[in-house]
Amino acid sequence: MATELEKISFETQPDRYNHIILLVDGPIARIRLNIQEDKPLREGYKLKLNSYDLGVDIELDDAVNRLRFEHPEVSVVCIESALSGMFSAGANIFMLGASSHTHKVNFCKFTNETRINIEEATQKSGQRYVAACNGLAAGGGYELALACSEIHLIDDRKSAVSLPEVPYLGVLPGTGGLTRVVDKRKVRRDRADVFCTVAEGVKGKRAVEWGLVDYVHPSSQFVDRVNERLKELAGSGNDAKGISLTPIGATVEGGTHKYRHVTLDINVESRSARLVIEGPEASAAQIPDDPAELGADWYALRMWRELRDAILQLRFNYPTVGTISIVSKGDLKNVLALDQVVYARKDHWFVREVLLQQARVLKMIDVTARTFYALVTPGSCFAGSLMEIVFASDRAYMLDDDEGDNGIALSVLNGGALPMYHRLSRLQNRFYEEQDTVDAILERSGEIIETQEAYDLGLVTEIPDDIDWEDEIRVALEERISLSPDALTGLEANLRFVGPETMESRIFSRLSAWQNWIFSRPNAVGEKGALTSYGQPDKPEFDWSRV
Amino acid sequence: MVDGKVNYDDVIPNNVAISDSRKLQRAIKEWHPKFMKWWWERGPESYQHNDVYLRTAITVDASGWATYAYVRMPEYKWGIFLAPKKTETIHFGDRQGQETWESVPGEHRNDLRRLIVTQADTEPGSVEQQQLLGHSAPSLYDMRNLFQVNVEEGRHLWAMVYLLMQYFGRDGREESEGLLIRNSGDADTPRILTTFNEPIVDWLDFFCFAMFTDRDGKYQLGALAESAFAPLARTTQFMLTEEAFHLFVGETGVGRTIRRTAQLMKETPNEDVTTVDAIPLDIVQKYINYWYSVSLDLFGSEDSSNAANFFGASLKGRFGESNRKKYPDPLCRDTAYSIECLDENGRKTTTEIPMRRAMNAVLRDTYIEDTYRALRRWNKVFEKEDIQYRLQLPSDRFNRKIGLHAAHQADVEGNFLTAEEWEKRKDEWLPTPEDKAYVKTCMVPVREPGKFANWITPPYRGVSGKPIDFEYVRL
Repeated sequence: MATELEKISFETQPDRYNHIILLVDGPIARIRLNIQEDKPLREGYKLKLNSYDLGVDIELDDAVNRLRFEHPEVSVVCIESALSGMFSAGANIFMLGASSHTHKVNFCKFTNETRINIEEATQKSGQRYVAACNGLAAGGGYELALACSEIHLIDDRKSAVSLPEVPYLGVLPGTGGLTRVVDKRKVRRDRADVFCTVAEGVKGKRAVEWGLVDYVHPSSQFVDRVNERLKELAGSGNDAKGISLTPIGATVEGGTHKYRHVTLDINVESRSARLVIEGPEASAAQIPDDPAELGADWYALRMWRELRDAILQLRFNYPTVGTISIVSKGDLKNVLALDQVVYARKDHWFVREVLLQQARVLKMIDVTARTFYALVTPGSCFAGSLMEIVFASDRAYMLDDDEGDNGIALSVLNGGALPMYHRLSRLQNRFYEEQDTVDAILERSGEIIETQEAYDLGLVTEIPDDIDWEDEIRVALEERISLSPDALTGLEANLRFVGPETMESRIFSRLSAWQNWIFSRPNAVGEKGALTSYGQPDKPEFDWSRV
Repeated sequence: MVDGKVNYDDVIPNNVAISDSRKLQRAIKEWHPKFMKWWWERGPESYQHNDVYLRTAITVDASGWATYAYVRMPEYKWGIFLAPKKTETIHFGDRQGQETWESVPGEHRNDLRRLIVTQADTEPGSVEQQQLLGHSAPSLYDMRNLFQVNVEEGRHLWAMVYLLMQYFGRDGREESEGLLIRNSGDADTPRILTTFNEPIVDWLDFFCFAMFTDRDGKYQLGALAESAFAPLARTTQFMLTEEAFHLFVGETGVGRTIRRTAQLMKETPNEDVTTVDAIPLDIVQKYINYWYSVSLDLFGSEDSSNAANFFGASLKGRFGESNRKKYPDPLCRDTAYSIECLDENGRKTTTEIPMRRAMNAVLRDTYIEDTYRALRRWNKVFEKEDIQYRLQLPSDRFNRKIGLHAAHQADVEGNFLTAEEWEKRKDEWLPTPEDKAYVKTCMVPVREPGKFANWITPPYRGVSGKPIDFEYVRL
């Protein structure tokens, strides 16, 4: 168990899981929730009734990701419970009640990303998720089931699916619950309103009728019916051989997290960090006939896994480090060559998964509540997929040098292969409803674009020359660091996304934003707030103003 | 002309090591020709080719800051100087006790830039306002003083532009250019502060401007000379030494005008000096009412969140902040400032403002004290000449457009006036078109060394030991 001061680690593997059992049998895999109540991530609460905390979710996330890379032969994944008569009671309330606002928000964000990844695996990786609710699926437990493409519920006259957050806790089913009920399951809004305010939830035939679940099975037949369905969905499977997702193993010294290709330098005192990304060697673009032979050490996969870990470190372990400068080192041409082969082989299952992994990490940056400034200097390698990091940043500063040594480049991957949550490419998001501009820029793919031109094309924010550079950057960073962190979070979250919404983007922009507001209100977290007084003898006391 | 091969230290006297700084050289190379173009187009008209006996600062020490010689104005050496550092630690505001800053903290970049640009904008603004005055100078001595003020305002522009170039990157260079693009009184791109868009058409305007408006500059510079941003503090400190001369020109200019009027009143039937082309004291009083009241507006609102931020962040102090006998409290967190205003019924009410928010008013009060000292010296002229008339400063509620007093009109005593009453009576207190037209008729140019127009007395002494009939400008 970690104390508040210990850093959370996001690396795990099946033989170290505490809470879930991962079983693979040909095309059918099972993620069995077997949550150990005595092994919470932090002290102070017990994970009763398959309720979960971040520690559980880190394992769940690992399992989902591992199935995609290590078990491409799997085509259906069943999420089930090891407890009898209980699927999951959702996020642990005492954990939530005891957590800081920051932790709650980060926890929900991580959980949301995991749920979205389950759906992505279903849609993009051919791994269909089925929830086998052998008992009550409440709150976050039902939200986990909602992330699956179909839900089976036991019909024992007592087991229900429910979202009791509003009546019990005075907060929202905030990890996608409200959104998926209406957006994905198409439950009529008035019924959804009823469902979300009835603490005991809905069971049996009515649950099917309302669209809350897909199937109900009598107790005696539940296991068999689910298994039949899994077989039906699994089909004959395939013979793809997975890779081994080996640990990325960062070394941490002081504030420096050093990975093979990524270094995260934290300066807690100045509330800033520097993220250094090293580009690929030329050899990364040499792909064997079966790209899976490249394994987890392939730059196109490894660097992005490292970057993901670095972002999670920032989110959870350095809450006050608000301003991140991103720099890169390497050869633009190597990135372009690598992107080219990735694109050329994107239909191969492994390359497809690599590309999806890259897209997921970029989406994480899009919704990370930190300021990112990309600094483009000679010797950097922001091209193609790495240029997406610049586009994901709030600003980009590019050194205008006399020699013309500074450049960026676009590749075929900038044309939509790495979409944002609202499915626009970052170029489309940057030049909203200016498809001609986007197309003209994409026509330059493969060329090295020098500073002035990059500026003229609108690809970077400012281009100080070598005389001004140091001062400009210092002042820009100092200025940013001095601004209200809350206002910046709001500012960035609003400016980073334009145009359309999708279910995923709505989860972050609408559901999370409201949930985080409620999380900071006395009606939830005040001394007499509902979340605080859950499980206490006294009823919560509300300030009745509707705000 | 300045270019890459020139030794900048020869062209621009300075103690900021221009020849070691690529940044400054690059910026100056771009800006200098634009400044020269501006000076030719909007600097003193018609006298750019004449030799003027001018003071130039070569160094900041006593031996070098005032060197006198004949110079053609476009060849004037506009230098960049920092006064020696007075303190290593910040002595007021929330950063008190910390080290002063040698570079701009990002957190305060915008505020500092705004403070510097606002101050800087007044310097070329005043040169533009005074562009035509040389034509009607009452003597070569006065003409020379005008040009001295003009070139020094030009140097003050250089001093502020130095800060922008050295510490504010591209933004600073753009702001530096903007200072030459805005133009006093221009409909599209006026100067930032209204007072610097008011025309200065006659020499009584000029003297009043130098007396009252330049004195606001003195207090603003003095407040900035306390700044935690050391280069700003040191630049403005040195500017203050030059500013003193401008105030001298203003105060003695008005003083010489009223002495001449007093002398002529005794020699003229009914004391009517208009028969001898001198300026009646009532008109002088109106000019004072006008320039004093618009100069009070320059301090900004008496209740100002900007002022509180600037003080709290140790960007701008009070005048003579380090004098802890005068200002025992360097933080001003819990004290308040009382000010008497008029309510909507015209009754006097006292408003309490948290001290930090009232810093503009605090600075203005020191200014008012200072102007009263000059007023007493003027009124001594009447005592000496045995004239009953006494000049006065109007109430600080009179003719205000900015701040708490701007809500209502008041007479020179500070009594409430309705809008109708104000319209009816304002000509009693402010110069009318007829007054201005009359003063203009007095403005006859005098070009012979040692001679003066009839409306003004000669000074007691010449410039830097030279006689009064010295040829201060070679025409």
